[in-house]
Amino acid sequence: MHRTAIKESPAKDHVNDDKPRSLKMVSDSGDVVYRTVARTGGIIVLVIMTAIGVFLGFRASQALGEAGLSFFWTQAWEPDANNFGIAAVLIGTFIIALVAVTIALPLSLGTALYISEYAPRGLKQSLITLVDLMAAIPSVVFGLWGFFSLQGNIIDIAKWISRTFGWIPIFAVDGFSDDPLSSDTVFTASSFIAGIVVALMITPIMTSIMREVFSQAPVGEREGALGLGATMWGMIRSVVLPFGKGGIIGGTMLGLGRALGETIAVYMIISPVFSIQPHILQSGASSISSLIALKYGEATTFGMSALMAAGLALFFVTLVVNFGASAIVARSRSGASS
Amino acid sequence: MTTVVNVTTPDEGSRDSPRRIGALRISDVLSLAGAVVASISMTSIIYVYLAPVGGVVGYFATAYVLFLVAYALLVSFDENMTTVRDRMVLVAVHSLAATVFVTLVFVVVFALIRGAEALPHLNFFTQDMSLAGPLDPLSDGGIIHAITGTLIQISIALAITIPLGLTTAIFLNEIPGAFTRFVRTIVEAMTALPSIVSGLFIYATAILMFGLNKSGLAAALAISVMMLPIMIRAADVVLRLVPSTLKEASLGLGANNWNTMWRVTLPTARSGLVTAIILATARGIGETSPVLLTSGFTAAFNADPLHGPMVSLPLAIFQFVKSPEPTMIARGFGTAAVLMIIVVSLFLVARAIGGQTVAKKVKARERREQWKRDVHDIFQAISASVAKTDGRMRNSLSSASRRKALLRIRQQLTYIRSRFRSKGNKR
Repeated sequence: MHRTAIKESPAKDHVNDDKPRSLKMVSDSGDVVYRTVARTGGIIVLVIMTAIGVFLGFRASQALGEAGLSFFWTQAWEPDANNFGIAAVLIGTFIIALVAVTIALPLSLGTALYISEYAPRGLKQSLITLVDLMAAIPSVVFGLWGFFSLQGNIIDIAKWISRTFGWIPIFAVDGFSDDPLSSDTVFTASSFIAGIVVALMITPIMTSIMREVFSQAPVGEREGALGLGATMWGMIRSVVLPFGKGGIIGGTMLGLGRALGETIAVYMIISPVFSIQPHILQSGASSISSLIALKYGEATTFGMSALMAAGLALFFVTLVVNFGASAIVARSRSGASS
Repeated sequence: MTTVVNVTTPDEGSRDSPRRIGALRISDVLSLAGAVVASISMTSIIYVYLAPVGGVVGYFATAYVLFLVAYALLVSFDENMTTVRDRMVLVAVHSLAATVFVTLVFVVVFALIRGAEALPHLNFFTQDMSLAGPLDPLSDGGIIHAITGTLIQISIALAITIPLGLTTAIFLNEIPGAFTRFVRTIVEAMTALPSIVSGLFIYATAILMFGLNKSGLAAALAISVMMLPIMIRAADVVLRLVPSTLKEASLGLGANNWNTMWRVTLPTARSGLVTAIILATARGIGETSPVLLTSGFTAAFNADPLHGPMVSLPLAIFQFVKSPEPTMIARGFGTAAVLMIIVVSLFLVARAIGGQTVAKKVKARERREQWKRDVHDIFQAISASVAKTDGRMRNSLSSASRRKALLRIRQQLTYIRSRFRSKGNKR
């Protein structure tokens, strides 16, 4: 009865109009304040984050103006003699990061596959927690381990690689002879050792992203593969890996971004050189962040400006790598992780 | 085939137990054991006569390669190539995972073991380094200045990042639009901001521009810049997991957005948000490079974040191990052990809070209420008995009877206590 009454009401025309009724939100004053505060929070964060680039650029402009384009291909760091550039340190940063990623990729791929596919059900959650915990280990602790423990043990491996594969230019070491009494110092403080330490630092983050993506591989397709008679590896190769491709690439790039910016552990291990050093096993390496940590103490105003320019370059490089990484992870079939 | 099985053993079929799958055969175990023995023997021979690599790491590397070869060979004797490949991957995945876990655990244990030398000295936790030189033994000097510095800096950083980070996370979730997407992209890209760049940024602004000295405050600001994106992103993920039905129910009942957030979304996500905060804290506590540029270094105690340099734990480690003196290096490892203990315990607290489910929470609340009821009962019993004896005492003023009354009170208290304890044990 009520319904008919409503239908016969003057609103009948509106019902037949087939237009959605316009909904008007009336925010009360509490909501207005709440939205304003939330929006302000977002704006403040955005301002801080953009200010990083702006202020670094502003401080760096003095040195960049002085050095001009030669900043990008000078292999020295003597800002007060107006002879400085990031060619050597930028390439050094990439060398260390590439060594790190080359080592960390198989390690994290294996660990992620183990946790998502092979680990016993009861162990899984503890292993995930352990990986997350490892991502929180301070880099200075890794540096301690690399300098006091790893360096002494890895030299034999470095020697063997150099002896066996020395004909490949990057593995060559100047001043190395097969004399067993020769000193080991040509092999210490190298990009290789720094790369191993950084590899262990980025393995947890890479592992957790890859595991996340692997665990989202559809159960139906997994069971279909196994039901058709695939072995475990066959199933992984035909279902899990194709599904997680985006996660593998994205996770690796995020790891690369972390590796590029790593400071303290690298600084503690390498002995800095300011020329391009492509022999990864040989003593002497460089990276932008360790350059800043090394030089900020003695820097003049102009020297500080030069260091800001180096920091700005590092900032842009990591930004590009990270944007690429998150875009790839987001576009992969799973998407939800990262 | 299966019907035959069912017919011949009807009892087993009706017992309804699942059939065992993935059974381990004796040949699998034998080939694995054989490959291990073969690789160890071959490596030992190679090490004695040929020695391509030296050292412990070299031994394990050689043994591992030989093990792979031997195992592949042994499996190929009675399996086809597909199975051999499967086994190879199985072994590779297990050994890669084992390498990662063993090495990472070793990194932590290494710091703890080497730090054990300095930790037993109590002065390590009560003194600073202002009066202790590099040559002084471990019984002089300590890291109280670094512990205080870390606590002050992380407190300031949390005072900045918790309100700002949570507000931004709420903004990202509640106010959709193109601007929100832009902010989210920026924040995500900033999660991997090199920590030294956040130090440089604070150096460029706070110190060079606003004339702040190198101090605890500047260090705290640098740590905040580094922690902020981590916290926002973790909190954003947690808030996104709150079921929208809950929010819609709240809005449908007439609550406004603010009340929905404050009374529904935030309480639902509380444990996750606490986890996000603690994880960001763990990251912030361990960062060296932002602090390196902004806090300055001092060996003396300084609890004033506004004036004078202030050292934190990671920076103290870094400075200690720069020295060639063994005692200073021991101090560095001791500090690292303290830092690791703090980080790990923060992490475990975060896991304990983050692992809470609604069912667990309900159980905990029931337990708490039962406890309250027990305490209430006991107090009732005590006050009743006291009132009783009080009345009696007023009547009989002789000291003998008073003593008797006191004795009775004591007996009753003992009885109550024992009852209380047995209840506590049952839980």
